[in-house]
Amino acid sequence: MSTTPTAAMSDVSAWGRLSRLPHAVSRPPFLDDAAAIVGAPGSPLLVRGLGRSYGDVCLNAGGRLMVTDRLDRLQWIDLQAGRVRAEAGLSIDRLLRVIVPRGWFVPVTPGTKFVTLGGAVANDVHGKNHETAGSFGAHVERLGLRRSTGETLTLSRDANAELFAATIGGLGMTGFIAWVEMTLVPIRAARLAIETLAIADVDDFFRIAEASRDWPFTVAWVDCLAKGRELGRGLFMRGRWAETGGLDIHRPPRLGFAPEPPGLLLNSLTMRAFNALYRKRPYALGAGTQHYDPFFYPLDTLAAWNRLYGKRGFYQHQSVIPFPAARDTVVRLLETTAAQGQGSFLAVLKLLGESRSGGVLSFPMPGATLALDFPNKGERTRRLLLTLAEIATAAGGRLYPAKDSVMTPDMFRAGYPEWRSVEAWRDPAFGSDFWRRVTGDAA
Amino acid sequence: MSAPCRILVLGASSAMAQAYARRRAATGASFLLVGLNATRLAAVADDLRASGAPAAEIATMDLADLAGIETRAADLRGRFGEPDEVLIAYGELPDQAESERDLDAARHAFEVNFVSVALWILALLKDRPPQAPLALITIGSVAGDRGRASNFVYGAAKGGLDRFLEGLAQKHAGTPVRIVTVKPGFVDSPMTDAIAKGALFASPDAVGADIVRAVEKGRRVVYAPWFWWVIMAIIRNLPWFVFRRLRI
Repeated sequence: MSTTPTAAMSDVSAWGRLSRLPHAVSRPPFLDDAAAIVGAPGSPLLVRGLGRSYGDVCLNAGGRLMVTDRLDRLQWIDLQAGRVRAEAGLSIDRLLRVIVPRGWFVPVTPGTKFVTLGGAVANDVHGKNHETAGSFGAHVERLGLRRSTGETLTLSRDANAELFAATIGGLGMTGFIAWVEMTLVPIRAARLAIETLAIADVDDFFRIAEASRDWPFTVAWVDCLAKGRELGRGLFMRGRWAETGGLDIHRPPRLGFAPEPPGLLLNSLTMRAFNALYRKRPYALGAGTQHYDPFFYPLDTLAAWNRLYGKRGFYQHQSVIPFPAARDTVVRLLETTAAQGQGSFLAVLKLLGESRSGGVLSFPMPGATLALDFPNKGERTRRLLLTLAEIATAAGGRLYPAKDSVMTPDMFRAGYPEWRSVEAWRDPAFGSDFWRRVTGDAA
Repeated sequence: MSAPCRILVLGASSAMAQAYARRRAATGASFLLVGLNATRLAAVADDLRASGAPAAEIATMDLADLAGIETRAADLRGRFGEPDEVLIAYGELPDQAESERDLDAARHAFEVNFVSVALWILALLKDRPPQAPLALITIGSVAGDRGRASNFVYGAAKGGLDRFLEGLAQKHAGTPVRIVTVKPGFVDSPMTDAIAKGALFASPDAVGADIVRAVEKGRRVVYAPWFWWVIMAIIRNLPWFVFRRLRI
């Protein structure tokens, strides 16, 4: 049976659910359908994967949105060399189901497995092992890029190298990433040996992070409600792949659908309770082993946790602050957050390393990265996000486009001085709300 | 799951067929994939091989073409050997109003969704060694459970197929030939993209998992997801004086 993909006008949100606006949505089942859509004339086109980006990098209101969730086929896998090529809509979720039983894992994973390879490339995502492994793009060998001119280009560090660099972290502006070829890493077990340590304050975080250099996976969770001398109090988690324990894959989400609470569920009281509970979870303070699923993807058991923030949605701030300003700036960001009492459900603090993927608009740089969620309470939340963004930018840092909803064009230009080379490589048929917002161009 | 087996898939680029085949590929099944478009079948075959299938071959043809089904079925059986499992997953959702206006469209809908499917099944079973185990899985539809104003051409085709498979299953009762009818409700596949999608839509992968379970448990008829059994039991049993007033 052959079906022509039809575009249907429907309202679309990003993961943060701050807006819900009409897009002409198509979901091509095969690459030839996708190529036809890319080549067709029309309003600006944006390609989207599973929509886990928090802000407007995955939105193109009033324009065309091509969703790749059906383009999820493996093209080949080399289980000796640890290499795979797949259509760009393949999710890490499905890839792991195929490769984990055979002793392989993705070299870099973000905090959810419900992202596509194409999305992971376009946002050059990073994970808990950034210091040793770099970001996702560092493990991409080749990309197939379909341009609106009708040509399909193979990009790598050797061929079409500039376009390759513009496409890694390029937020989908250079064309349709049709397939991704990447390396995998061998694992002996689907579990990690982990340790959890208490962090007394921000200085303690930097001390423990320094002392954890031989742990490939590190991340800290910070209690945003702590103030004064306890500012930065939290848990530091570190892990490495275990040698034994079997190669069992993860299970599907336990709760497929999160309710949308009538009021705002996550007020500061419930957040206090959650924070206390989170600190008591298994292996809080101690050592043990843990399956990769709860270790890398603690929120994935609740399929639509973003709905817990209520109808108005939520903002996320994620910035990276280079050394040596990192310590003082993290303190300022946390102080500003605590002083406002707008609460942050999840605060994640982590060091990023030197390793570069080569992506022009790649977010990671050596320093500390802090991520904070804020339920949307209207203008005052937006102002807080802008304040945090200003603090980060003033310290020489930058914001993560995949999370951002507030960055100004000035902040974008300061954080990503080479952005014009991506604009130069942008496929003129492509655009997004984010790109139009931060470049001020008619993208 | 049973020992590695050979699965013949008619309509292999359909979303439900792919979802089912992926799950079986992980258990080491091999495939002969039949469909209209060679490029697409090749993409599906690559995916199944990478997912664990030792072999995945393709054969390109128009399955709805009634001419020469018997010869083509014999060719496929000769080339691939007798399959241990057959999945029939091709079909088209016709536009009801168009089918009432244009009888060629109606005829095509009957041929795609019923006549050709029944002929393929007869051809695949003809002269088959009676003691050779076989699971014959056919994707029907809840639409076949009762004729409704909004889609009775499609419903009649799927309903006819239901009767055909029921009789076939009775004929083979007590033999190693198992006839499984899968009746999906709304599935989020390209076939239904013209319809506004709501909470009742299931993913093709969820249906694929239901088919795996149905085959493992030797079920005769399975609704996918299961709650459609409840919905259709109610709809089937509505008395006419109620049913005639419904706009469904």
